[in-house]
Amino acid sequence: MSLIDSLPRVGAPKLPKVDGLIPWIVPLAIVLIWQLACVTGFVPSRVLPAPTDVALAGWKLLLSGELVRNIWVSFWRASIGFVIGGGIGFAFGLANGLSQLSAKLTDTTLQMVRNIPHLALIPLVILWFGIDESAKLFLVALGVFFPIYLNTLHGIRTVDPQLIEMGRIYGMTDGELFRRVIFPGALPSIFVGLRFALGIMWLTLIVAETIAASSGLGYMAMQAREFMLIDVVVLSILIYALLGKLADSASRALERLTLSWHPAFQKK
Amino acid sequence: MQEALRFQPAGAEPVGQADIVVKARHLRRVAEGAARGLSLTIRGLRKAFGDNEVLRGIDLHIPAGQFVAIVGRSGCGKSTLLRLVAGLDAPTAGSIAFGEEPRAQDIRVMFQEPRLLPWARVLSNVEVGLGRERASADAQARAERALVEVGLGDKRGQWPSVLSGGQKQRVALARALVSQPRVLAFDEPLGALDALTRISMQQLLERVWRDQGFTAILVTHDVAEAVALADRVLVIEDGRIAEDVTIDLPRPRRRGSAELAALEGEILKHLLEGSEDTFDL
Ligand SMILES: Nc1ncnc2c1ncn2[C@@H]1O[C@H](COP(=O)(O)OP(=O)(O)O)[C@@H](O)[C@H]1O
Ligand SMILES: [Mg+2]
Repeated sequence: MSLIDSLPRVGAPKLPKVDGLIPWIVPLAIVLIWQLACVTGFVPSRVLPAPTDVALAGWKLLLSGELVRNIWVSFWRASIGFVIGGGIGFAFGLANGLSQLSAKLTDTTLQMVRNIPHLALIPLVILWFGIDESAKLFLVALGVFFPIYLNTLHGIRTVDPQLIEMGRIYGMTDGELFRRVIFPGALPSIFVGLRFALGIMWLTLIVAETIAASSGLGYMAMQAREFMLIDVVVLSILIYALLGKLADSASRALERLTLSWHPAFQKK
Repeated sequence: MQEALRFQPAGAEPVGQADIVVKARHLRRVAEGAARGLSLTIRGLRKAFGDNEVLRGIDLHIPAGQFVAIVGRSGCGKSTLLRLVAGLDAPTAGSIAFGEEPRAQDIRVMFQEPRLLPWARVLSNVEVGLGRERASADAQARAERALVEVGLGDKRGQWPSVLSGGQKQRVALARALVSQPRVLAFDEPLGALDALTRISMQQLLERVWRDQGFTAILVTHDVAEAVALADRVLVIEDGRIAEDVTIDLPRPRRRGSAELAALEGEILKHLLEGSEDTFDL
């Protein structure tokens, strides 16, 4: 700490509200410049529609109910795929982290499968499932599986063995040991997996919906491309970004809630 | 109290208030101590890790309630001995017998690292020490009492990460004490603390030992600490007890007194002589 820092600040701004707004200055400025560039004709609207045009397109789609339906379909696919893939990944992570036998039996196989990029399976998946719902769910689940599996496994394996020994010395049963020592110890790593998985979830869904779907945000964007509705294309991209941000914020909030003991999450 | 002081015979040594309290505590310990602490008899104890024979025949009797310190060069098997006593490892040969069949919560260990659960508040960490009795109705009250005993009553709701090293170690001590153990084994519990914190922790250890009367086995690399706290100092060398020194000085002992320094010097000399034989270290 420097001398300046330790001195009491005279007239230091005490405006927490303003502080919270600072991260929004740059995005707002970008939208403003974008709007200006479009209005002045610097960027032709065939290349990039003005933010107001995008908002207008969104409004129209909202009124027709199309937007809500497509967002809902995409959201549903994302969640179901995530729950299935994440659930299985978590279960394997737990099993292989806690049982040597289970790890010997399945870990090598899983590590081999991991090396196949899951999006490379799209042609095969279309052959198997057509452009049915199950195709998208399968791809999302597969994509989400590995980050959750790997990080759960890593989290459990790296729990401080001294704490586990302590738990045993103080007579914890296996169940208590898991609940009070192993699981809380693995949680930070599980959250890392969760955040990775959320990113992969959206990415997989976008690709799958653009290539093989008859509804959803990706489908909406592809349809709009066919009819040269560039404002709808841009709208779809922005909504994807928004949903991704939302999922990330939700996982961060959950992290803050459950990891309040962690020095990184303690308020000063 | 005042009355009692006045009726002392003229020739008696004047006794201060503090001394009376200490004496009373000591008497209480002697009265309860025999019942509280467990005696310990070790015979022909050996432990080998593969080809590495760490302990080569330890024979030792520790009376109930005694404070024993174990010193020796690093890697001589002090922790190994302690882990065997605490039942964390099985001996290769030999036996360890207690005066009575101990229950699980009668023997507790404290390590150099506090080993607190970072995700549990201080009070819950102390409750862990109750073992099987964790679910009992008075669990929380007992944990609180143990925290007060180590002087951290006001930290019950904190996360361990905000405590200092010394405070964490005090929480670990409260956790070890809460089940009222009859044998308490310490594996260099103060090794990672700074000098001042160490001295106050030593005083705390001595106080709880006097109050509770458990049998204390303290492994330390600090010979001054050993002679200041223990009734008896054991020097381990080549897997055996090389020296067994009784420290027959009244408590509380004054740090830096000539007697303590002399004893410390003697033991240190022995340790250093030992290391000259093995120059390859
Ligand atoms: N679990 C173990 N496996 C193999 N060797 C061990 C194990 N624990 C201790 N040792 C060996 O036993 C010797 C004594 O170790 P220790 O009891 O920890 O010494 P210290 O007196 O420093 O506490 C060392 O040589 C150490 O390498
Ligand atoms: Mg050791």
